[in-house]
Amino acid sequence: MSEHPGILPREVSPKGDEGESRPKMVKNTGWRLFWQSVLARSYPRIIGQQRDISWMFFEVIMPMGAVIGYVLVYKALQAPQEYIGFVVIGGAMTAFWMNVLWSMSTQLYWEKEQGNLSLYIIAPNSMTSILLGMALGGMVATILRAAVIILLGSWMFGVQYVVVSPFELFAVFCLSMVALYGMGMMFASAFLLFGREAWALSDMVQEPVNLVTGFYFPVKSLPFWVAAIASAIPLTLGLDAMRQLAFPSGFKMGFLSTKVEILILVGLSVFFLVGAKWLLGYTEKLAIREGRLTEARR
Amino acid sequence: MWRSFKVAAWLGWQITSNWTDPLMFAIYSIIRPISHAAILVVMYGVITGGNFSNPLFAYIYLGNAFYTYVFTVMNGVSWAVIDDREHYRTLKYMYVAPIRIPVYLLGRGVAGFLTASLSVLITIVAGVLFLHVSFDPLQANWPLFFLSLFIGVVMLALMGLLLAAVSLLVVRHSGFLAEGVSGVLFLFSGAIYPLEVLPKWLQPVGFAIPITYWLELMRRSLVGNVAQAFPTLAHFGNLQLLGILVGLTIVFGVVSVYVFRLCDKRAREGGLIDRTTNY
Repeated sequence: MSEHPGILPREVSPKGDEGESRPKMVKNTGWRLFWQSVLARSYPRIIGQQRDISWMFFEVIMPMGAVIGYVLVYKALQAPQEYIGFVVIGGAMTAFWMNVLWSMSTQLYWEKEQGNLSLYIIAPNSMTSILLGMALGGMVATILRAAVIILLGSWMFGVQYVVVSPFELFAVFCLSMVALYGMGMMFASAFLLFGREAWALSDMVQEPVNLVTGFYFPVKSLPFWVAAIASAIPLTLGLDAMRQLAFPSGFKMGFLSTKVEILILVGLSVFFLVGAKWLLGYTEKLAIREGRLTEARR
Repeated sequence: MWRSFKVAAWLGWQITSNWTDPLMFAIYSIIRPISHAAILVVMYGVITGGNFSNPLFAYIYLGNAFYTYVFTVMNGVSWAVIDDREHYRTLKYMYVAPIRIPVYLLGRGVAGFLTASLSVLITIVAGVLFLHVSFDPLQANWPLFFLSLFIGVVMLALMGLLLAAVSLLVVRHSGFLAEGVSGVLFLFSGAIYPLEVLPKWLQPVGFAIPITYWLELMRRSLVGNVAQAFPTLAHFGNLQLLGILVGLTIVFGVVSVYVFRLCDKRAREGGLIDRTTNY
């Protein structure tokens, strides 16, 4: 508690009416409550992962299976070595996409099914802080999984990286994450209105996004307008820029220059974060008005 | 027994499809396999410069298309345990009812078979029309195709039963079982690359899996010589492949039934039939 005196509630022990000592919790409000809620919602995502290590097996091994499969296809086709590296990086970024899709977008739907959503609404915190906590917790937890995929994939297939500008690479990664999780927060708001179809819709968009974002090939290989429209998904340009910055011949297969991609990612980050805040307010009101917050359409 | 199967199939179809209108459901059913096929098409096109007449393309394309059955049928059977136990919380009522649970679970897999069939059909038609997959309906060996398809689906349903048995005992990750197992089998069954691409010490795993022989038979029945262009199973005749497939299906079937009985007994003893874990 003493490590975060500004955010977490402080405990004091005043004397009661009859002289006994009893703990009392000082309630936070305003921005302190906001960040307290963010930390509280991100806590189970990060700590839960440490307590149940078996999740790691499923969330690392399964994306690794796809990576190995696509690498072997490239080997069967005798593709140049950098394509193997593209697949490894794409496989790692898939972990973030899966996390955003299944643990952000559909999360409020699951919370509704389990009866937690109404508690979130009743509690005196903002829903934005809940979504932000989900995003931060999910991002931190997924970084570990993505790192394992990159390390394992690079070791298994002898992928070599030549990073020209580490700062630019770091900036691209951070911007991609902000924009992607902002998109996840926005989708989560929209999914508030869905019932049983939420699961099916997530399942439906998973593979098309794998295709148009170019997880396993340079997005430049797609027709220009397809790649341009797919650029609205932050991972498309994020992944393209990362490949350009991590492989010596990556820039030859880049869709746009990394500078332009960084600027677009900044724009997407702002758009999705503002959009998430607005949409959350709108759908929350709509869901309350239509009585959808506590329904469980099985 | 037949009535249980029929009603389970109908129930499975309703659960799978009644969340939306038929058009949306049709789009939902085909978009995933089509997108997956498109990823392979783009990968292939980028590396070969669009040389889709190469036999390797037909090999990859058809193997990937038919592999749709593997996940969908296995998941259809095994997911019913999770769906009924955790979501609808009706598994205990199924156990109370005068039905055979394995038959009920197999019936629940029928919806998966139907949606997979639609996806496979559309994927192959798209391949023939737009990507020059060399398929001539008049040259195809239709008796071999339907016989192989039937045996293959039975084999996959029995493998699904095996996963359903494990799902009865597993707490948290049972939802990932079919996905994980079909993912691993995808790597070893030579679905999208010849087994020779695998390291030598891993190739025997591929030869022990019935799906390897099933996919080869499906390819041969539709595109004959193109599929035989790869040496992996070229020294086997169609009848030999069928024999191996039937033999392995029987082995997996016996193992599935035995494991299901064992897991079922343990689940009853441990009071796991009506367990909910919120996963």
